[in-house]
Amino acid sequence: MATWRNNGLHKALLPPLLMILCGAARAQTANTCLDCHSLLDPPLQVTQERFSRDIHAQKGLTCASCHGGDPTRADADAMSKQAGFRGKIQRAQIPELCGRCHSDGAFMRQYNPSLRTDQLSQYRTSVHGKRLARGDTKVAVCIDCHGVHDLRPASDTRSKINPLNVAETCSRCHSDAEYMKGYSIPTDQFAKYSKSVHHEAMAVRGDLSAPTCTTCHGNHGAAPPGVDSVENVCSTCHVFQAQMYEKSSHKAAFQAASLPGCVVCHSNHGITQPTDAKLGTGPEAVCMQCHSPGDACDQARVKMLGDLASLDAAIQSANKVLGIAESSGMEVSQARLEQDQARDELTKARVTIHSFQTQLVEQDIQAGMRIAAKTQAEGKAALVERNWRRMGLGFSLGAILIVLVGLRLYIRQIEVKAK
Amino acid sequence: MRLLVRVRDWLDERFHWADLIGPLKKKTVPVHKLSYWYFLGGITLFLFIIQVCTGILLLLYYRPGANEAFESVQYIMTRVQFGWLVRSIHSWAANLMILTAFTHMFSVVFLRAYRRPRELTWVSGMLLLFLVMGFGFSGYLLPWNTLAFFATKVGTEITGQVPLIGHSLMVFLRGGEEVTGATLTRFFGFHVAVLPGLTTLLILVHLALVQYFGISVPPGVEARWSAAPAEARQMKFFPNFFLRELMAWYIALAVLGALAAIRPWELGAKADPFAPAPAGIRPEWYFMFMFQTLKKIPAKVWFLDGEVIGILVFGIAAFVWLLLPFFDQAGSGRAKKLITGAGVFALTYIIAMTLYGYMAK
Repeated sequence: MATWRNNGLHKALLPPLLMILCGAARAQTANTCLDCHSLLDPPLQVTQERFSRDIHAQKGLTCASCHGGDPTRADADAMSKQAGFRGKIQRAQIPELCGRCHSDGAFMRQYNPSLRTDQLSQYRTSVHGKRLARGDTKVAVCIDCHGVHDLRPASDTRSKINPLNVAETCSRCHSDAEYMKGYSIPTDQFAKYSKSVHHEAMAVRGDLSAPTCTTCHGNHGAAPPGVDSVENVCSTCHVFQAQMYEKSSHKAAFQAASLPGCVVCHSNHGITQPTDAKLGTGPEAVCMQCHSPGDACDQARVKMLGDLASLDAAIQSANKVLGIAESSGMEVSQARLEQDQARDELTKARVTIHSFQTQLVEQDIQAGMRIAAKTQAEGKAALVERNWRRMGLGFSLGAILIVLVGLRLYIRQIEVKAK
Repeated sequence: MRLLVRVRDWLDERFHWADLIGPLKKKTVPVHKLSYWYFLGGITLFLFIIQVCTGILLLLYYRPGANEAFESVQYIMTRVQFGWLVRSIHSWAANLMILTAFTHMFSVVFLRAYRRPRELTWVSGMLLLFLVMGFGFSGYLLPWNTLAFFATKVGTEITGQVPLIGHSLMVFLRGGEEVTGATLTRFFGFHVAVLPGLTTLLILVHLALVQYFGISVPPGVEARWSAAPAEARQMKFFPNFFLRELMAWYIALAVLGALAAIRPWELGAKADPFAPAPAGIRPEWYFMFMFQTLKKIPAKVWFLDGEVIGILVFGIAAFVWLLLPFFDQAGSGRAKKLITGAGVFALTYIIAMTLYGYMAK
């Protein structure tokens, strides 16, 4: 169907028509671009209200800063070549255009001295940047993640690149199976991440330091971590686990087999809360996927699992005794504090598991067991004390009862005498 | 026994002991079916004595100050021999004393014992009740735990709503704009020096007045006895009533001991002034009816602040209640009905709002 827009005539008629329509508005604003573009339909529409939300507009930049032209003129020359008008920026040119300012340290210092200026060089190393250089314009460029014309700083929770929104921003392309067709990568990352412990920390507990896509993949230089670098990526947060893994025999074995370190046992996007069951033989178990029943490693697994279970049981048992003492009104807050230390030792032992050395795990377990035994003893002592108190109460009540009976008899005696 | 007789004779020789205790020997207590209400004043006095004794023992270890108070109470509860018993008895006796003081007050209202010539006995008793509540309010903060800290914060904030003097009063109570260690030391001072001094003085006045005017007989019983003087029965205060009172004290002691042993008073968690207020902050039960009322009054009533209206109403009601006997001077049936009605209303209101406060989320 032929329309006014898709025949060639509109190209000739549009500028003068818009100039007439915008006549009233141009007297009121200094930006004639917005006078006209606010009246257009999307995607050409950019209103004053929308643009005013943009960090660039807030810093004094105008449409001409990216698109060229002269926004102070109200005639067709505003968008002339003489005025430097560039029109719509082609996707392939967007990173370079943004980089003109954002890679210029001296220029950026005027606005935000702490902002990095290596985004463009990083982008060129990313999968997105490399593919764009090869002519694939479907890949993400700056505006796909940051937005355009209403671009907000990352610290703004409404920004697409705020940590709370990054995963959703990435998922707009990466979860779209149709869009991602031809790239031979899965599209279930966001679905898996949404169920992960990292997402829970970020979205449910509001912990902005929790990892999102860019934490592991990088942002401007986004790329999947290589098999060898997985451990380095995870260790940026899980420092102690990484130190233990360094000591383990798995490190060399996984490297030799080109296995991606942490991901082998914990998976990647869908990482769930690890439990001791990972050391078991049930559905969550991971060891037995590689090891054979009865071998040395299986025996070590059984030992470590047993140690963890016994410390957990000792803590639970002490908790139970302290709970009974507390519900009897006994003051056991000091023992409760010590119980926290026992739990810390259990957590430490779970971290030490990554060394896969039973003697190291046992050291932590024994430290925890000593504390749990002490708190259990304190709880039992509190119960003994409670029983003493109750026995003392029984004797006291008995003595009081005897005095009461004695008093009553005495009163009767003196009253009978008086009569 | 011979030594005791010698001591008595020695004292008698110098102070004419017999003259001093003479009136006590002659003192009698009316005997009728409502006589058991007479024990309440004595039980309240006994609990006050317990408070003084246990309070002195707690002072041996308690250290006022934001950095030490909680730890010192924790030390008393866990390390000091029988410290748990002393503190638990102190806390339980405080609550029982407020309960018996309130019950005593209402028994006086319903038995109309406040009537002429005992107006000042009533006024001194009411002032004692206010002092006892002051003891409760100031003592609650001393362990410096979370609940006490925030309840004191709310309580002193309410004081700040009193028109004209509210803010100054709040600053005076807190020792500044906020509840801090300065508030704790201030409350400690009120609790162990100012209030005990005033209370002891008022108790002496109250007891002297009770001794001077004798024990009131309820109007109904009095009328019957006037019609048939032969029915009037009296009991000697000493030793007959005193021994019975002693039995009541022993029973109170048994209840206190049982409560302290079975439900030792909780310590809670140390107050953290920078932590957010925990959910469900409530005052002690004897302030609950006022707290719940202030909570339920709309923020604005016409152009006036709802909380200010609530405080004014409670203030006026307490003042009118203090002067209660002076509204029953003529002894007319109308005044009698009005005061009894007000007593029933006050008692029902206090119980209902207290229960509502505990049940409301």
